[in-house]
Amino acid sequence: MTDTTHFTISRRRTLMLMGAAGLTSAVPGLGGAALAQGAPSGQVIIGFSQEPTVFNPHMPHIEVDDGIHYAIYDPLVDVDPDGIFYPLLAAEVPTIENGGISEDGLEWRIKLRDDARWHDGTPFTAEDVKFTLDLLNDPDFRAWRRVGTELVRDIEIVSPTEIAWRLEQPYAPFLAILASTFIVPKHAFEGVDPNEAPFNNAPIGTGAFKLKNRVPGDHIELEANTHYFGDGPYLERAVIKYIPDMTVMYTQFKTGDIDMLALQWITPDHYEEARNLPDRVVEIAGNPYFESVQFNLERPQFKDAAVRQALYLALDKQSIIEALNYGVPPSTETFMPRESYYYNDSLPAHEFDIDKANALLDEAGWVRGADGVREKDGVRLAFRNSTTSGNELREQTQQFMQQTWKEIGVEMEISNLPPAVVWGDFWSMGQFDTMLVGLGVLAGPDPDCSDFFRSDASPALGGTGQNYWAYQNAEADDLLAQGASLFSPEERRPLYLRLQEVIREDLPFLPIYQYAVIPGRKAGLEGPHGNINNRIDTWNLRSWRWV
Amino acid sequence: MTRYLLSRFWQSLVLLLLVSVIGFLVLNLMPGGPLSQYTRTPGMTREMLDRIAEQMGLNRPLPVQYADWAWNLVQGDWGKSYRDGRPVLTIIGDHLFATLLLMGVSTFFAMIIGAWMGIRSAVRQGSLFDHSATVIAMVGFSVPTFWLGLIAIFIFSLWLGWLPAGNMYTVGDGSVRDIAVHLILPAATLALVSVATWSQYMRTATLDVISQDFVRTARAKGLTERRVLMKHIVGNAVVPMITLAGMQLPTLLGGALVTETVFTWPGMGRLFLDSLGYQDYPVIMGLLMFSAMLVLAGNLLADLAIAFIDPRIRLD
Repeated sequence: MTDTTHFTISRRRTLMLMGAAGLTSAVPGLGGAALAQGAPSGQVIIGFSQEPTVFNPHMPHIEVDDGIHYAIYDPLVDVDPDGIFYPLLAAEVPTIENGGISEDGLEWRIKLRDDARWHDGTPFTAEDVKFTLDLLNDPDFRAWRRVGTELVRDIEIVSPTEIAWRLEQPYAPFLAILASTFIVPKHAFEGVDPNEAPFNNAPIGTGAFKLKNRVPGDHIELEANTHYFGDGPYLERAVIKYIPDMTVMYTQFKTGDIDMLALQWITPDHYEEARNLPDRVVEIAGNPYFESVQFNLERPQFKDAAVRQALYLALDKQSIIEALNYGVPPSTETFMPRESYYYNDSLPAHEFDIDKANALLDEAGWVRGADGVREKDGVRLAFRNSTTSGNELREQTQQFMQQTWKEIGVEMEISNLPPAVVWGDFWSMGQFDTMLVGLGVLAGPDPDCSDFFRSDASPALGGTGQNYWAYQNAEADDLLAQGASLFSPEERRPLYLRLQEVIREDLPFLPIYQYAVIPGRKAGLEGPHGNINNRIDTWNLRSWRWV
Repeated sequence: MTRYLLSRFWQSLVLLLLVSVIGFLVLNLMPGGPLSQYTRTPGMTREMLDRIAEQMGLNRPLPVQYADWAWNLVQGDWGKSYRDGRPVLTIIGDHLFATLLLMGVSTFFAMIIGAWMGIRSAVRQGSLFDHSATVIAMVGFSVPTFWLGLIAIFIFSLWLGWLPAGNMYTVGDGSVRDIAVHLILPAATLALVSVATWSQYMRTATLDVISQDFVRTARAKGLTERRVLMKHIVGNAVVPMITLAGMQLPTLLGGALVTETVFTWPGMGRLFLDSLGYQDYPVIMGLLMFSAMLVLAGNLLADLAIAFIDPRIRLD
C-alpha cells in the first residue's frame, strides 16, 4: 500500500524542512521566543467526511466547522480530557479562589495574556474580548449561540490585559461556555456588517494555525503560526481533506493518502481489520453522544409509564451492540458520558426480558386485540419510529426493535426521512412518534442540560429550548435549577446523580449505548487524543507532531 | 439564419423561466430547509432559528422570494451560498475546471474508442470482433460506476500500489504530471462505461448508412473499400453522433456524481449533491439554471453543426 507520489514528496519536503530547521536553530532568537521546540515541520492530512464551510465561529455552524475553529482561534480557557480547565488567551483560569469569580458567581474579572497576537500581527487585547461578547449579544448578528453570554452586562476594560463583567444571574456553566467561545478580532469588523464581513472567508485568529488556502469542495490548507504564544505548533502544515464517502475515506487511510481519519471515523465493521493494519494506530475513543429511542411524550401511548418500561424490557440492547456494532460502543443507562465526573454508575441495569414486559403490559390493562396488537381505552400500541434515511446501521437497529417489540404486542412502523427533513419541524416541533437518534445534551464539560429536560423548554408546548420530547417533571426542574446556580463540582455532583436516577426511572428515552468512535492515524503521529469535552479531534492540533 | 437564432433564443428564455419556476417550487416544497442542520447544535432554540430564518429572508412569501432571486439573476447576481456566503458563480467556477478536465478527457477517449469500435463492428458485422465488442458494451452498460471505481482502486491502489486512491492532486504538488497521474483511474472508469454507449450508437448508425444505395454505387464505381468507408460511410454515420455529442454538453460540465464521490474528485457533481444535502437553495438553483442553459446550448450547437455538415437539412 505504498503511494509512490506521496512518499517522494514528503521525504523531499522533510529533508528541506530539516535543513531549514537546522539553519533557524543555529541563529539564536530567530522565530521568536515561543518556538523553544524548533521550527515546525512536517504536515498532516486529516480526513473529514463533511466539509467545513463556516469560518466565523459565532455564526451558525456544525461540528465539522469546529475542526477549523480549534486550529485558527483560541478561547480564553479550554478543557482537557479529564475535565480540567486550562488557560489559553486568559493568563489564568478564573476561579473563586483567585478572585476571578466573585463568591456569588456574578462578578467576573479575567487577566489576559500580553504576548498573544493576531495572525496579521496586531496585538490581542481586552478590546477583542469585549467585542466578541458584544457581537454575540447583537440582535442583528446571526449568532449561533447566545446561551450564557446573553447574561453578560457592564463589560469593563480595566486595562489591555484585564477585563471584567457582571452576570445578570449566577450561571455555573458559564466557564464551560467561555471554553468554547473563540475570540475574534475587533479590528477585522470595523465598519462592516458582521454578517457579511470579508472576515467570514478570510479569518484572522490567534491560534496555532493560519488559514492558508481553501479549495472548496476539496480541502483546506492550514499553515503554522510561527508567532503563536503557547506551546506549539509542531507541524508546519495541516490539511483538512473533505471525503464524503466513508468507504473511500477508509480506503485512503489504508493506502496512506491521508494521515489521520477524523469525523466520522472508522465504522465498527472495519474495526477488527483496522486494528491490525501495519503502521497504523487505531483506538476506540469515548464520545459525549448517546444513541437512544426518543419518545414524543405527548402521544397517548407513551403517557403510560408501564408502556415505556415494557418497551425498554423488550429492547435487545446486547444484540444491537454486539451484532450490529461489533461490540464497540458501551451500553449505557443515562445521557451522561461515562468519562464525566458527574456520571452515575449505579443506575438500575437494563434487563432484556420479554415475559416480564408482557406481564407488565397485561397488568397495566393493555389487552391484545385480534391482530395481536395491544389496546387500551381506544389507543392502540402502534407507532412510527423515524431516523435519518440512508443510515444502514440505524435501519438494521430499527428492524431489531420491530421484531422484539412485536413479541409484546407492539406494532412499530419504520418511517425514515432525509436528514434535512428530520432535523426541521419534524423533530423540533414534536411531529414524530418515536425517533432513533444520537444526541448530546451536554455542551462541553458542564453537566447542565436544562435546555433538554426543563418542563418549559419544549417548543411543541410553547416553550423555548430543546426539550423536543416534551418531558415534564417537577423534581427534575428543581434539580436542574439548583445545579445551574452552584459553582462547586462537589456540591453539584449529588444533584446530577439524582437527576440521572429520576430520568432513568421516567424513561423519556430508552438509552441504548454511548457512542464510541474509532479514529485512526499513521504510526508516528503523536498528539491526537480523545476529549469528550470538545466536539472534534483537532481540539489540540497545536500539540500534534511526527516522531 | 438570424431569424432562426432569434426564435431559438426566445424559446430558450421561456424554457429557462419554466425550469426556474418549477425548480424553485419543488425546492421550497421539500420539508426541512437550510437551517435544519443547525437544530441539533447545543443551545440552539426555535426562537433563534426563526430569527436567523428571518434575517436570511426565508420567511417571506414564496413569490416574493422567487421574484427577488429572478430579478437578481437577470442582472447577473446569482446569489450567495447559505453555507459560506460566497457568490454562487464563484463556487460554480471553482468546481468547473475539475469537472471539465475529468469529463473532457474521459469523453474524448470514450468517443474515439467508441467510434472506432462501433465502425469496425458494423463493417465486420457478425465477426468475432463484432460479438466481443457487443458483449463488452453490454457489460459496460450494466456495471455500476461506483463498483467499477472501487474495484479499480482496489486493484491499482491497494493491491498494486501503482496509482493514487483518489483526489485530484497531492496537496503541496499540483503539477501537470501529478494531476495526470490522479486523472488516470477516474477517467478510465468513466470512459469504460461511456464507451459502451458510443460504440453501440456508432455501430447502429454505420449499419444504417452501409445499407444505403449510394454506398453500393460507390463500390460499383470501383472505389477502394477504404475510400468508401472514409469518404462516404463515416461522414454520414457521424451525423446522428453529433446530436448525441450535443446532448453530452450538460454532462460534460455537470460532472459525474458517483465517480467524483468514489475518487474524491472535487467537481460539479459533488457540488450538486452537497448543496442538496444542506438545502443550499442559491447554489442548487444556480446549478439548475446552469444545467438548463447547457442543455439548450448543447442542442442548439448540435442542430447548427448538423445543418452545417449536411446540406439537406434546413433550419427553421
